[in-house]
Amino acid sequence: MTDTATIELTPELIARYEPVIGLEIHAQLLTNTKAFSRAATEAGPWPNTNTDPVVLGHPGTLPVLNRRVVEFAIRMGLATNSQIRRRCGFARKNYFYPDLPKGYQISQSDEPICYEGWIEIELDGGETKRIGITRIHMEEDAGKSIHDLDITNTLVDLNRAGTPLIEIVSEPDIRSASEAYSYLMQMKSILTYLEICSGNMEEGALRCDANISVRRRGAEAFGVKTEVKNLNSFRNVEKAIEYEILRQIAAIESGETITQETRLWDAGARSTRAMRSKEFAHDYRYFPEPDLVPLVIADAMIEEIRAGLPELAIARKQRFTTQYGLPLYDAAILTETRDLGDYFERVCGAIKQQSPERFKIASNIMMTEVLRVLAEQKVEIAGFGIPPERLAELAELFADDVVSSKNVKDIFAEMLTSPKSAKEISEEKGFVQVSDTAFLEEAVAQVIAANPGQAEAYRGGKGNLFGYFVGETMKLTKGKANPKMVSQLLKQRLEQAN
Amino acid sequence: MTAAESYSELRRRLDAGETTCAQIVADSFDAIQRGSGLNAFLAQLPAEATQRAAEVDARIQAGTAGRLAGMTVALKDNIALKDAQLTCGSKILTGFTSLYSATVVERLQAEDAIIIGKTNMDEFAMGSSNETSFFGPVHHPLDSARVPGGSSGGSGVAVAAGMTCCALGSETGGSVRQPAAFLGVVGVKPTYGRVSRYGLVAFASSLDQISPFARTVHDAALITEVIAGHDPNDTTSSSEPVGSYTNGLDEADVRGMKIGLPREYFIDGMDEAVVARMKELRERLEDAGAEIVEISLPHTNYTIPCYYVIATAEASSNLARFDGARYGYRSPNAETLEEMYELSRTEGFGTEVKRRIMLGTFVLSSGFYDAYYRKAQQVRRLLHRDMVEAFKQVDLILAPTTPTPAFRLGEKTSDPIAMYLSDIFTAAANLTGIPAISFPIGKDANGLPIGAQFMAPHFQEGRMFQGAAWVEQALG
Repeated sequence: MTDTATIELTPELIARYEPVIGLEIHAQLLTNTKAFSRAATEAGPWPNTNTDPVVLGHPGTLPVLNRRVVEFAIRMGLATNSQIRRRCGFARKNYFYPDLPKGYQISQSDEPICYEGWIEIELDGGETKRIGITRIHMEEDAGKSIHDLDITNTLVDLNRAGTPLIEIVSEPDIRSASEAYSYLMQMKSILTYLEICSGNMEEGALRCDANISVRRRGAEAFGVKTEVKNLNSFRNVEKAIEYEILRQIAAIESGETITQETRLWDAGARSTRAMRSKEFAHDYRYFPEPDLVPLVIADAMIEEIRAGLPELAIARKQRFTTQYGLPLYDAAILTETRDLGDYFERVCGAIKQQSPERFKIASNIMMTEVLRVLAEQKVEIAGFGIPPERLAELAELFADDVVSSKNVKDIFAEMLTSPKSAKEISEEKGFVQVSDTAFLEEAVAQVIAANPGQAEAYRGGKGNLFGYFVGETMKLTKGKANPKMVSQLLKQRLEQAN
Repeated sequence: MTAAESYSELRRRLDAGETTCAQIVADSFDAIQRGSGLNAFLAQLPAEATQRAAEVDARIQAGTAGRLAGMTVALKDNIALKDAQLTCGSKILTGFTSLYSATVVERLQAEDAIIIGKTNMDEFAMGSSNETSFFGPVHHPLDSARVPGGSSGGSGVAVAAGMTCCALGSETGGSVRQPAAFLGVVGVKPTYGRVSRYGLVAFASSLDQISPFARTVHDAALITEVIAGHDPNDTTSSSEPVGSYTNGLDEADVRGMKIGLPREYFIDGMDEAVVARMKELRERLEDAGAEIVEISLPHTNYTIPCYYVIATAEASSNLARFDGARYGYRSPNAETLEEMYELSRTEGFGTEVKRRIMLGTFVLSSGFYDAYYRKAQQVRRLLHRDMVEAFKQVDLILAPTTPTPAFRLGEKTSDPIAMYLSDIFTAAANLTGIPAISFPIGKDANGLPIGAQFMAPHFQEGRMFQGAAWVEQALG
């Protein structure tokens, strides 16, 4: 089959087809030790150091299931409205590869721990759509084969081998590349809120394969699907699906048939290419893992995990709009990660005069200053130097009209490297706004007296001269005057004398 | 040490200061040397054993010695001992050294047993005659033209020829009881889950069980008692408490015991001497007040087919790790990844192992799974039910261990089915997980030993040791 379309794909043509997409997500679990051994999961200092005889697949070793893996899988199951299987087993998936030490992967086959779940994703228009979860199962990761370090050999690093994974399989409910993107982002949000996966796609902690087919709009039967692999970033998932949908439409329109096959996304070439067809598909010869006893999950365990579930991003976002009176836009950004939301809530908690206005000021400082610095310094909020209580002080300094918005920026910049409080910095720098009425009245009087012509013109109806008077007053007070009070007093004076 | 001496006698002499562990270990290596033509050992550990003997002698003097002080033990070479070879009788594991010791080995050492060496075996425990070892066959001590049985032939011979006091083998379908019967020693297959499998190289994980050989029932009970019990490294091991198997063995009695004889285990073509010895034993039991009950295990005919589907399926997966990639034999003729797998495995595995990997791969493959593997699992449940029903009527089941005494080397190598049928009386205990013990009940006209076995309900090892101890005393 040719990969390049020979016919022109017009929007009308594309609109005749409906894409049908299902995603398979592999998430590495943040356990301290491996799925079936006591070896550590953290990144090893050298290749093949986070191993033990079990991870190495040495003869005579046996797997022992890590209880945390089960807990994490149940956590994800409950967060995705899934059923939890009370009794399930593991299965062996048999295939040969040098980074698979036992020659089989311990996985789950007919009895995944979670099944029949769903999550809601948000569409561009603001509506939500429910995407079904077919199953979530537990398995172990393979090691890594490194083909480009040695000229003549492939090197194998088994540090990753045996790391626990959950595989989350969606129903074919996704209808576009952008829905797939939203779904994946939502999954990442849930996984990170649950603190069971780092969600980092670039590092391979989150991996995604897409099953894609297209059918004529209105048709009931699914088209032949292809599986696209190697989607190693969130944007690549969207791009690859977009490409594959158009490739399939073009192929069908050219009279070709789609072959069931596995295709690889080539991010450089921005296209997918065939990897192996169904005839060459592995026969994994799944059978029940005889080295592990069936896993029996008590109701009490499920209830305990349910009680410990955190509020997830979607619910928290809604709460931020009601509890703090934030606009949805602010709430969405501040709940993007659990840590960021926690930080914001600690800032709000430290504000002495609790009010929606002050929460919004805190939100503004977070979004304009804090997030900018995090992006510049490429750090997460956990690594951010200013404690939330100090940020609350800064917000209140502004809310109390002690400093100007320009001062806020300067003080914030100073706070990044100084242990001093916002108040101390503002005093040192002489940033404190003058709100003394007598002093300001005197300044306003001086400015009006010095500009009789402009005052005349203003009173004659040239309202846009008002800014000029504000500017002159600020100049006279070297920028320390409280601009709000200056405006008030100017208005009074200019209109009084009329 | 004399070939007949039991550990109980030995321990009495040790405690009385009449001998030392150093002497016992030296005698052990002498016996191995004298019997080197039997090819029982693949590796000997004289330096480690001698040092250990000195340590244990000191503990005996100090009165702090463990329950197995001075007991010499041979390990089948599929049981891991730290820093020692672990060949499984195969070329593919030549040069491999274990990084750790099996749980059973640690338990033996904690009680001051002394490991003497690693014994020959059928390659990856796949065989019933010890003829599939890459390192050559093991010979029967009484007739070197005959097989010692398998797959734990080397361990069986070590005990039968007085090279060590006890030995560990492993059972998947009868690999300890069958050689025990051929060699005239005691062989114990514990309940599945009774003894940790951690450190036993897997053949068929749902059937494998580490199983000891000893010269007396008491010694067998003692070593079983030590190696049994839950192991956190093997989640299939049972938390059921371990009883005292040695208690009361000297006064063992069968009076009032109900003993079942399954009619399916008395088949046409069985050796006359086996039939005769079984008949004599039955009479002795009845005379002693046991009640003999004829019972039926109706699915017995399916035992061997069921066994060979399940065992080979699991083996095909368990042996996938021997691929030349990380350890063991890698073909020097391989240029590509495919060739590394193909040639390393083709050259590294023997014929019988390859035959079973092929069979197992086939029964698990898509389109055949339901017809073979799933069906075999269903049959396994029926066999299990047979046993459960039988034990509602009787306390123990008595049967011959093998249909014939030891056969000749080469007699069955060209006929795999005939070879497989030598497990016909033993495999049911493995498939159903129940414990069983094989013990000598006399000889045939050529002086070859004949064995019988007691099978007991799950975790009722104590009951079968009682029965076997009575037989041992009654037959003298």
